[in-house]
Amino acid sequence: MISLTDFLIVSAALFCTGIFVVLTKKNAVQVLIGIELMLNAANLNLVAFGRYDRLANGGQIFTLFSITLAAATTAVALAIILNVYKRYKTIDPSKTDSLKD
Amino acid sequence: MTMVKVMFYLMSFVAVASGLYIAASKNLVRSVFMFFVTLMALAGLYVLASADFVAITQIVVYVGGILVLIIFAFMLSGRESLAGIQQQESRFISISKLPALLLAVLFFIVMLNILLKVNGDQLIWVQKAIAGKNVVKPGDATVNNIGINLMSHYLLPFEVISILLLMALVGAAHISRKEKSL
Repeated sequence: MISLTDFLIVSAALFCTGIFVVLTKKNAVQVLIGIELMLNAANLNLVAFGRYDRLANGGQIFTLFSITLAAATTAVALAIILNVYKRYKTIDPSKTDSLKD
Repeated sequence: MTMVKVMFYLMSFVAVASGLYIAASKNLVRSVFMFFVTLMALAGLYVLASADFVAITQIVVYVGGILVLIIFAFMLSGRESLAGIQQQESRFISISKLPALLLAVLFFIVMLNILLKVNGDQLIWVQKAIAGKNVVKPGDATVNNIGINLMSHYLLPFEVISILLLMALVGAAHISRKEKSL
């Protein structure tokens, strides 16, 4: 059995990579990928803890829910990115700085 | 060093390394495909945590759904947005990225410190689960149990999330359609 701490350390590394990607990238799609990385790190934590819950399967079922939520979020976010591109002709998050033109 | 440990370190190395490559690369297409590698490695880690159903869901939903969606979106967003990516500065560590790098590394150090101090296997409820034989063993078939729990314990969240998914997809289709008067 792999110890819980190993899973948590891998997940922490992925989460910090996600933070770095979200903060530095100049492209909204890459920022979205960073957010997905952070979500996946959280999912890894849930799955690792879910091993100690055989009867209720709490961790695994909440991972399923969060994967579904990630799918919904990504669909909406990509639709918003396409709209932003149509309006501003750029998807650089630092250049789109007004809600109404 | 058992086989499982070797697989675990291999998978986690692949996951973390491809995540770092996503952070380092300027090319959007490359980072999307490296994200694919990260997701596959994470599915492998889920299998090692004896959550096989979650691993399959990860591959089906993320790799089959979200990644194709991302590729579609950047194909639709045109050549200009792709050209805009090429002209950013090319160094991984530059002065403008320093705060982000500092934040990420310091946060990682803080989390590592906490994780090593807490020592997850000694938590009280984990010890209780081990004492009560409430641990998923490597050979267990968890799919049955997940299905039964999803239809009994977690029925309300399940229905709510299905409605939410429907609403989000309808909303996404509505937002991204072409409007006549823009």
